[in-house]
Amino acid sequence: MKLELGKIEIKDIQFADRSYVENHVLYVNKAEVEALVLEDDKLLDCHLDIARPGDSTRITPVKDVIEPRVKISGGEMFPGVIGKVSPQVGSGRTHALDGCCVVTVGRIVGFQEGVIDMSGPAADYCPFSKTVNLCVVIEPREGLETHVYERAGRMAGLKVATYIGELARNLEPDTVEVYETKPFAEQAAEYPDLPKVGYIHMLQSQGLLHDTYYYGVDAKQIVPTIMYPTEIMDGAIVSGNCVAPCDKVTTYHHLHNPVIEDCYKHHGKDINFMGVILTNENVFLADKERHSDMVAKLCQWMGLDGVLITEEGYGNPDTDLMMNCRKVEKAGTKVCLITDEFPGKDGKSASLADTCEEATALASCGQGNATLQFPAMDKVIGTMEYIESQIGGWAGCVNEDGSFEAELQIIIASTIANGFNKLAARGY
Amino acid sequence: MAKYKIVHYLNQFFGGIGGEDKADFEPEVWEKVVGPGQALKAGLGEDFEIVATVVCGDNYFGENLDKATDTIVEMVRKYEPDIFVAGPAFNAGRYGVACGTICKAVEERLGIPVISGMYEENPGSDMFKQDVILVKTGNSAATMRKAVPTFVNLIKKMVTGEEIFGPSIEGYLERGIRVNYFAEERGSERGIQMLIKKMKGEEFQTDLPMPKFDRVSPAKPITDLKSAKIAVVTSGGIVPVGNPDHIESSNATKFGVYSIEGMEEMSKEDFMTIHGGYDRQFVLENPNLVIPLDVLRKKEKAGEIGELLPYFASTTGTGTATNSAAKFGDEIGKKFIEEGVDGVLLVST
Amino acid sequence: MVKGIEKYGIPVVHLCTVVPISRTIGANRIIPAIGIPYPLGDPTQGEEESYKIREKLVTRALKALETPIKDQTVFEKDEW
Repeated sequence: MKLELGKIEIKDIQFADRSYVENHVLYVNKAEVEALVLEDDKLLDCHLDIARPGDSTRITPVKDVIEPRVKISGGEMFPGVIGKVSPQVGSGRTHALDGCCVVTVGRIVGFQEGVIDMSGPAADYCPFSKTVNLCVVIEPREGLETHVYERAGRMAGLKVATYIGELARNLEPDTVEVYETKPFAEQAAEYPDLPKVGYIHMLQSQGLLHDTYYYGVDAKQIVPTIMYPTEIMDGAIVSGNCVAPCDKVTTYHHLHNPVIEDCYKHHGKDINFMGVILTNENVFLADKERHSDMVAKLCQWMGLDGVLITEEGYGNPDTDLMMNCRKVEKAGTKVCLITDEFPGKDGKSASLADTCEEATALASCGQGNATLQFPAMDKVIGTMEYIESQIGGWAGCVNEDGSFEAELQIIIASTIANGFNKLAARGY
Repeated sequence: MAKYKIVHYLNQFFGGIGGEDKADFEPEVWEKVVGPGQALKAGLGEDFEIVATVVCGDNYFGENLDKATDTIVEMVRKYEPDIFVAGPAFNAGRYGVACGTICKAVEERLGIPVISGMYEENPGSDMFKQDVILVKTGNSAATMRKAVPTFVNLIKKMVTGEEIFGPSIEGYLERGIRVNYFAEERGSERGIQMLIKKMKGEEFQTDLPMPKFDRVSPAKPITDLKSAKIAVVTSGGIVPVGNPDHIESSNATKFGVYSIEGMEEMSKEDFMTIHGGYDRQFVLENPNLVIPLDVLRKKEKAGEIGELLPYFASTTGTGTATNSAAKFGDEIGKKFIEEGVDGVLLVST
Repeated sequence: MVKGIEKYGIPVVHLCTVVPISRTIGANRIIPAIGIPYPLGDPTQGEEESYKIREKLVTRALKALETPIKDQTVFEKDEW
């Protein structure tokens, strides 16, 4: 399966009387987009705002972040959720508006939505402090059940991203990247001397508000399966969860999965990248046992010499991570884990909720309990009302002027456990 | 006059009193530089002065832990030093424990920087390396000369508040404290490089060596359940509606104790869950799913158990630091001993 | 928390869903619970059935507290 990914660099977003892209600037018809969002009668109100890198702006509570993309060679983005499921997913040509994001913001669903600061110390920890963001601020109808609200928020973001992505259809990309993975036997034969490497992608699936969707299927209902890496670049996986903000694998991060991107960089040079094994993180032990057994079996079946494993969330998913590690190693495939750490504010406690002897190689994505001072910002998109109850905050952490202290956990994707960032932790 | 004052702690041997036969020596404070203090003095130069040396026998310290600690902290206080230095203890076990104990106490009570040093296999090292910066020394006093520059550098940094870098750079024992930094490459790339080395059988450096958890041997069982007092504890975040103690939904720093006196079951009118890590809808509807009060009351009435403690203890388990959890357990355990609790049901989600 | 209490000599039975974590942290008496969203019971089977499940687990937990053990033990069945 081969995908051409054309990227159009976006340097700024501005509101205009029609939506289009010109000279690296995205122009958005505000009224049209707001009307699109309000087609959903569960939402009472919607307004758009723009946040640029360097602005004294705070966005909170953030639900999801999405890069606008469009398929231009047949097939549709976000198959099974927005677009139709078709065989073209992961192949042909896709255009992406690179450097801009759709950010959904609104009253919190759980405790788990986070903060994006466009400048100041917290900006160093957040990938979306460096992108131009079209913020979609939604107001749900009174009394909406939380799961229904979560879904309305998720769909609003994806709809807007699809609308914006469509503007890239007829543009000439600045760069075109080509990714290709062949069927097993062919792929194995292409680089017979290189070690065969796979990627075990653990999808968050702990409950109704902790879910991820694969072709529209709720990930807690899947059994481990295999996937061409390029499928993810066309939106085969979307985020629908309210996991701790720092750990959140946003839909943007699925489109830009760093393990997949970096495996392709090494592909044909020092590894033979064979593909992705998808599994989940369910709340029942029987599921954990069954799925880690299956993951190990798939590794063996694909003849993998090594795998990278990433998780989303922390606490009991650490058990899935360790069970996968132990069983895959026992089946004869070498494992390197990528994850983040939660050793307490003082950094002195155990970093992970579970461990195993086989976890000899682990790349750290930083520790999320370290605290940071967040200065007051001139502008808040959304509301500061929930900071104290959002994960990473605590009662009394907000000062009168709008500055606050909180753990890095409160920043969207700050310690994301798939290795997207350069943040890491070491022993002192 | 020197800019910075030091008080130094030594055991009977390094204090020149004698060996094992003098290990009962009670703490004394001398206004002079003694033994290893000479090497430190030479290394530190004129800005520093060791204004006093406290000497105490290792056995005396070990057998009178609280009293010795109190006495020595007061001796140190009198001199208002800028920094407190203990040892180094090299591989002397009791001395290492004494150095760690007294350093920790001085730092807590006097709020001044403290430093000690020892061999990494000294039992004091595992006990105190998280709390106290311990210079990594060899296993005998012959390695003092090598340790002096490390001490000097750290002492200077500590009194001036200059940043102390990692253990491999500064030469202290790794404290098991996880500190963030920005790496050259992102995590995914570092992971791939590590995996490539692992597959080739080459050496590689993991970012996180797997920790080992300590164990507690199983407590003796309850002999007579019919007369036993049973308590319930949970990490499922069950709190009275409104969360009066403001227990955090993740990485909790406290636990709460809540009455169930006179209640036949857990009512959703009275209790809720604030746990940030799971879908709460079922437990919000029926908190008995975490605190099985309905079942326990029935068993109490039927005489299957003696009695139920009239309250339960609760915190949130999501992302709660293991050290905090250990502390909660200790405080709850102490309370339960006083209450005469015979057995505990601990429910986690 | 389990160890913090048990070190005072009071037996603790840990009812938890994620048994591997309980094993790793070193609980001694472990009872597998039903699931993270509902450890003691299963509301999806109706309140009556859910109560029965809870009663069974609590009974097992009390039995575990009465059982002498040498090492970490997971009580998965009601065989005594």
